[in-house]
Amino acid sequence: MSFKNENKGDGLINQSYYQSVRRNMIMIVMFISFMPIILISGIVLYHFDRAYHDKVYAYLGELVEKQKQNIDVFLNEKLNKIQFIVRAFSYEQLCNESFLQNILSMLHQSQMSVFVDLGVVDDSGVQVAYAGPYKLLQANYHDADWFKKAIESPYYISDVFLGLRGQPHFIITVRQENFGKYWILRATIDFVTFNNLVENVSIGKTGFAYILNRKFEFQTKPRFDISPLDSPYKSLIDTTTQQIDIDPVFYKDKNNIYVFAYLKNGDWFLVYQQKNSDAFVDLYRAQLIAALIAILGASFAFIIALWVSRRVVSRIARVDQEKEVMNLQIIESGKLASLGELAAGIAHEINNPVAIMVEEAGWISDLLSEEEFKESENLSEFKRALNQINTQGKRCKEITHKLLSFARKTDNREDNMQINELIIDVVGLSEQRSKYEAVSIETHLQENLPLITASMSELQQVFLNLINNAFDAMEKKGGKISISTHQEQDKLVIQLKDNGPGIPHANLVRIFDPFFTTKPVGKGTGLGLSICYGIIQKMKGSIEVQSSVGEGTAFIIKLPIAKENE
Amino acid sequence: MKIASILLVDDEVQFVETMTKRLNKRDFEVSSAHSGTQALEELKKSSQIEVVLLDVKMPEMDGIEALRRIKADFPLVEVIMLTGHATVESAIEGMKLGAFDYLMKPCDIDILVAKVKDATTKKRSHENKIVDARVKEIIGRRA
Repeated sequence: MSFKNENKGDGLINQSYYQSVRRNMIMIVMFISFMPIILISGIVLYHFDRAYHDKVYAYLGELVEKQKQNIDVFLNEKLNKIQFIVRAFSYEQLCNESFLQNILSMLHQSQMSVFVDLGVVDDSGVQVAYAGPYKLLQANYHDADWFKKAIESPYYISDVFLGLRGQPHFIITVRQENFGKYWILRATIDFVTFNNLVENVSIGKTGFAYILNRKFEFQTKPRFDISPLDSPYKSLIDTTTQQIDIDPVFYKDKNNIYVFAYLKNGDWFLVYQQKNSDAFVDLYRAQLIAALIAILGASFAFIIALWVSRRVVSRIARVDQEKEVMNLQIIESGKLASLGELAAGIAHEINNPVAIMVEEAGWISDLLSEEEFKESENLSEFKRALNQINTQGKRCKEITHKLLSFARKTDNREDNMQINELIIDVVGLSEQRSKYEAVSIETHLQENLPLITASMSELQQVFLNLINNAFDAMEKKGGKISISTHQEQDKLVIQLKDNGPGIPHANLVRIFDPFFTTKPVGKGTGLGLSICYGIIQKMKGSIEVQSSVGEGTAFIIKLPIAKENE
Repeated sequence: MKIASILLVDDEVQFVETMTKRLNKRDFEVSSAHSGTQALEELKKSSQIEVVLLDVKMPEMDGIEALRRIKADFPLVEVIMLTGHATVESAIEGMKLGAFDYLMKPCDIDILVAKVKDATTKKRSHENKIVDARVKEIIGRRA
């Protein structure tokens, strides 16, 4: 039956139930699709991160190490030159200014202009000879820091300082003894050349190198303006170490990566500094791509989850609804079945008393026909009453017969048959009445329909019932009945439509119930449609009714196609 | 002479009584029984019975079983089945077992009377044929 008694309360509960099902599904799908993405990308990114860091560290370490060696070589070479000069020539020779000038120009020839000037300083700090662009002869260095250190050690390389000339430079000094007195040969290294040596070390856009002394003062000019005293790596620097062979030290903070190496016996240290975003640009790009892919994947998974869950939930909802309808149908048919059994019992039981009553009435009428009653004034009344008893008894008989055929358990003989022929037969049977009631019957029968397995007489009963109902509904006002057949997958669909007054909704739900009738008392038993329902149900078919008041009623019967057709 | 001798078999006593009165009034000789067993006894007692009106639905021995036994023991007696409901199956079965006809309860007395008369005619013609056959046989033997 097609009645969907939708309970609105249930509907609301179902709505939230389906929503929670859907929510759970989305969560599960998201979880399942996210876990591998997160795990894999996490692990891969972590390892890539480590590997890339190692690579960058190794590269930078090597770079700094090489640079450190370059600088050390540079300084040692200069120192060696000065030492050679000191050893090769005597104090007197070097005190000769033109001789000194010669040596400086010789140095210039081989070393470009690395050496700015040369000077000989005696143990009192007075520059006794000088060759170079500045007028520094007789300059007194007695109080200069470098002199104090230079006079105490065989050789000395100073920090960068401004000195008397007012320009940043540093000097290399070598001490020598002459008749018990120390003197010093002092060479000034061109700051620009030295600076270039360090400044040329630059990688990417933000990588640069500089040299600091132990007081964190710049010994070279950094490429960018930074304040070394604020540097975060300060604590890492061992300002007392004498060892210069330690491997480069790394330090990485939020913004920068720093690499240092000690130079010049730990007096200086070379710092290489680069912005993280520059040094790890490939890593960050990979991370960005991974993040993008993860976000894309996540949104894709989310969309899929939404879509799939919507489909699945709507399917579940549909199945639930179908199940509910089926449950209703089962309840309905169960109700009809038990009613049928009850009806059969009643029919059997009631028939005998009715038979006796009818016989008694018959006996009375037999007696009435005897002479002695012939003159009774109420004779005709008696006869009328007895006739009525007889008529009503027959009506009872009819009712019980119909009840029994509704509840009939034994099958009628079933045959494979062509539904169209049966319908034509039934329409033929109804022709007489249709003329009388001014109703036209149209048939639209699809040809070559497959056979069905059914009992001819039962199906005739079904269609006769339906047609007669339609006639009754039209109440002699005339109208139209149309019967159509067609195939729908493995079912035959027979539609019987009239344009009568239609059935109100309240009656529609009870229409197949036994004893439900809208006909006046005595005209209908209310069993016709119950019988139809029982027959169709027995054939594993279905019967539905659609009706709207004022437009008419349609009965739709679906019957399974006989197996032999397949 | 009565039209025919009938045995009415039904477990509903009241039905049997009334029906007996009505049939008596129509010049039938009616004996009655309230079960299949009683019916067989009645038949044994009286060889006059020509037609049995037999209800299908009875306790103990039902109408079909009673019919089978009657036909076995008294093949010439005609049986009309009375059914409480129009189960074609029981009617068909009854006919197969040799019932003359069937009627639905409650039935019109006139129809019943007509059927009983037909059955009697058939029974008598059967009997006559048998008598004739015997006569011929006896004559033939003599010759």
